[in-house]
Amino acid sequence: MSRADWEVVIGIETHAQLKTASKIFSGASTAFGAEPNTQACAVDVALPGVLPVLNKEAVAHAIRFGLAVGAEVAPRSVFARKNYFYPDLPKGYQISQFELPVVSGGGLTIVTSAGSKNVRLTRAHLEEDAGKSIHELDNSLALSHGRSGIDLNRAGTPLLEIVSEPDMRSAEEAVAYAKALHALVTWIDICDGNMQEGSFRCDANVSVRRKGESKLGTRREIKNLNSFRFLQQAIEYEIDWQIEQIEDGHAIVQATVLFDPDSGETRMMRSKEDAHDYRYFPDPDLLPLVIDADWIGKVKADMPELPAAMQQRFQSDWGLSEYDAVTLTASLDTARYFIDAGNLSKGEYKAAANWINGEIAALLNKRQININDPEVPSPEELAMVISRIKDGTISNAGAKKLFQALCDKRRLELESFAKQLTTASVQQIIDDMISASDLRQMNDSGALEAIIDEVLANNAKSVEEFRSGKDKAFNALVGQIMKASKGKANPQQVNDLLRAKLSS
Amino acid sequence: MINASLTQLASALAAKQISSVELTQLFLDRITQHNPSLNAIVSTQPERTLAEARAADARIAAGEAGPLTGIPLAHKDIFCAEGWASTCGSKMLADFVAPYDAHIVTRLKQAGMVTLGRCNMDEFAMGSSNETSHFGAVRNPWNTQCVPGGSSGGSAAAVAARLTPAATGTDTGGSIRQPAALCGLTGIKPTYGVVSRYGMIAYASSLDQGGPMAKSAEDCAMMLNAMAGFDERDSTSLQRPAEDYCAQLQQPLKGLRVGLPKEFFAEGMDADVRACVDTALAQLRELGATTVEVSLPNSGLSVPAYYVIAPAEASSNLSRFDGVRYGYRAPEYSDLNDLYCKSRAQGFGAEVKRRILMGTYVLSHGYYDAYYLKAQKIRRLIARDFANAFEQCDVIAGPTSPSVAFALGEKSADPVQMYLSDIYTISTNLAGLPGMSVPCGFSPSGLPVGLQLIGPWFAEARLLQCGHQYQLATDWHTRQPEAFAG
Repeated sequence: MSRADWEVVIGIETHAQLKTASKIFSGASTAFGAEPNTQACAVDVALPGVLPVLNKEAVAHAIRFGLAVGAEVAPRSVFARKNYFYPDLPKGYQISQFELPVVSGGGLTIVTSAGSKNVRLTRAHLEEDAGKSIHELDNSLALSHGRSGIDLNRAGTPLLEIVSEPDMRSAEEAVAYAKALHALVTWIDICDGNMQEGSFRCDANVSVRRKGESKLGTRREIKNLNSFRFLQQAIEYEIDWQIEQIEDGHAIVQATVLFDPDSGETRMMRSKEDAHDYRYFPDPDLLPLVIDADWIGKVKADMPELPAAMQQRFQSDWGLSEYDAVTLTASLDTARYFIDAGNLSKGEYKAAANWINGEIAALLNKRQININDPEVPSPEELAMVISRIKDGTISNAGAKKLFQALCDKRRLELESFAKQLTTASVQQIIDDMISASDLRQMNDSGALEAIIDEVLANNAKSVEEFRSGKDKAFNALVGQIMKASKGKANPQQVNDLLRAKLSS
Repeated sequence: MINASLTQLASALAAKQISSVELTQLFLDRITQHNPSLNAIVSTQPERTLAEARAADARIAAGEAGPLTGIPLAHKDIFCAEGWASTCGSKMLADFVAPYDAHIVTRLKQAGMVTLGRCNMDEFAMGSSNETSHFGAVRNPWNTQCVPGGSSGGSAAAVAARLTPAATGTDTGGSIRQPAALCGLTGIKPTYGVVSRYGMIAYASSLDQGGPMAKSAEDCAMMLNAMAGFDERDSTSLQRPAEDYCAQLQQPLKGLRVGLPKEFFAEGMDADVRACVDTALAQLRELGATTVEVSLPNSGLSVPAYYVIAPAEASSNLSRFDGVRYGYRAPEYSDLNDLYCKSRAQGFGAEVKRRILMGTYVLSHGYYDAYYLKAQKIRRLIARDFANAFEQCDVIAGPTSPSVAFALGEKSADPVQMYLSDIYTISTNLAGLPGMSVPCGFSPSGLPVGLQLIGPWFAEARLLQCGHQYQLATDWHTRQPEAFAG
């Protein structure tokens, strides 16, 4: 059998680190990268007698998420203790939510090559992160061979664990979901989304079943995937592995596995038999979390326009395609850039969208930067470039050269710590660059007519074809004229002049 | 001076009849002299203590003294106190010096009280006889062959033998009231949430509550004034207006309705105890109170419910003692799991291990509903029983303990017998209610008997009023064990 005979079922659990100044149950800082154990207070170290106090900001973030995915925010939820021993878990239990989570239900729209679909969410709950065990040699901890260090800086960092329903059917969908979720949590500013630092990590539950089978296959959980690429690779590998196992007559055993990016393979961490009995019970140190309508209302009032609403608006108000609308709302920064550029170019939204999804996307990809990077021409600059195309000063091809020149200039300026420029001086610079780069369109009809006459003389065959009814020949002639003008001719003007000449 | 009430000590200090340093030295000397035969105090730091006394004297001289300034006390070894070994009676924490003060330690320090030392206790407050301490059993000053009760046995013995004017205790299932009864003292467990648990090493978080142990209700009221109050570091601490627990002390008991739960008086109480309790009830009636029979139909379930809930919470609370960051670590181990197993096997005593095992069991997959959830349901029923009873009465009275102090070793081989010594006190913790024990007589063998008074939520002032009015009419609370007199 081939992969086409199999259906893949994927559910994803995501740990999003919440952006709060202090930890979820203590006053210690959550800043990343400090010296080991310098951001762990008595509560984080779990000294005898200390008690947790819930950080209201973390709760507000959870509410914000609940509202953003159209979920139910529980009026009363409960913190529970998840008991297990590990050196980086100071209390011997993790405070989490079990039976009554703060957020239930909701969903997220994802877009793949096959179109858009809704992924349902099961729940999202608040919990604390553990510390880190450091096994490699590290001079700062004076570790020697055979000894491990514990860094409790991360212990107690607030997490929102977001659990999806098993609604995804391919690695592509899983990645699209993870990206959409990543975009959303950063959009609503509850998570910094930094995957390298572990602020956003995914566990993928993967199973396969023969097409038409209604019973779910046995799943294996791939833990701690901290990049979209690893998520994709791990799931692809896991799907192939599971299908091969079953086709070879082996049953899948429920297990937790780890992905090794070096080998590109998943390997078993523990089977279901070794699974912990976490002995969950309500944490007696914390009262039930009560969220009233007032609190929800306050969070709602603070909520930015969400990507889904924005996508709708982009399509209905500005005539963008769904694809454009989705890509432009991949992050709040991108959306803001787009709106600014569109507004500044006096409504050239479609053009702005094309530029952002074209030249700018290529730039970001090539330079591995984000849209707010100072290397990227500002929305104002982009708007001006678009305006100069619109008023016929430059051609599209010329505009691309101009854009490139702007990028180069920015890099140069950045490198020489150039001072800030005013709007007028930016306009001046751009116009100077148009002249300097000889980008100005040839709007002089006399000069253009000379070129056209020459082209017509040299392409008698095309002229003949056009006159005998082949419209394609017209385009070939336009191409020749543009080429002869080194791309500087105004295409509309060429069209008009050429048509006039041919019909005379 | 050693028999003086806190009010008398405050007056003597204010009148400069004695300095805090002199008073403190007097009690330090008594600890040196008498503690070896009692083992009530596990650590002292005379220099630190005298420095605190000197600071208190300076406050008194500057006219900045409060009602407790300069008066010495001893803390149960369960309260973290900066610079003090805070051992909780365990080998696990034998060398643990706390880097911070528990909330009530801070409060009593701010009030100007001087810390004499740390009181022995059952290991992690698990016990009713103070025999489970890593530092050895405490002896009852009334008869050193007997236990002082537990788990605040060191606090009780220290106050009874006049090694300190007052002490702090904690009460999870009777650990203030039962030793107070067995040593002839007054002790009050406040409503859950009145005294912050911050810095109090947790046994069973939903039941633990700190409180004072002293010679009289009036002394307890003064201490409670300093100890009670909201603390934002304890999420279960209650935000209420400050209350003066002394304000109501002088009011007579006329019209007070005293409920007598028929279940408490049915059976199980020793005749010696019964005789004293009956006499005390007659005394209360003489003071103007009326008595009425009430019923707490589910009280028989309190001990089993408690021994599900308390060990469940304890099994989790004590997980932090893993030998990794602080506390006892086994000297040799082969790997991480071995480190955990050996450190905990060697660091915890038998009773603590028993309760961790029970707690782990009742929380386990497949048993949770049958034990933990059922116990929580019983807990709600018990609270409802009390609420119903308090519709007919203002306070509930009965024995604190079914017997007077028993002999050392008498019950240590039979945990169930030991657990049953808290049969009258445990339901109060399950319902979160305030409860107090006041001395109400002696057995023919010369051992003290305690009368328990239980109130509705936040009725501490009423309980203390009852205790004080009773103590104005009786002198049981002024008796002291002869062996430790003078």
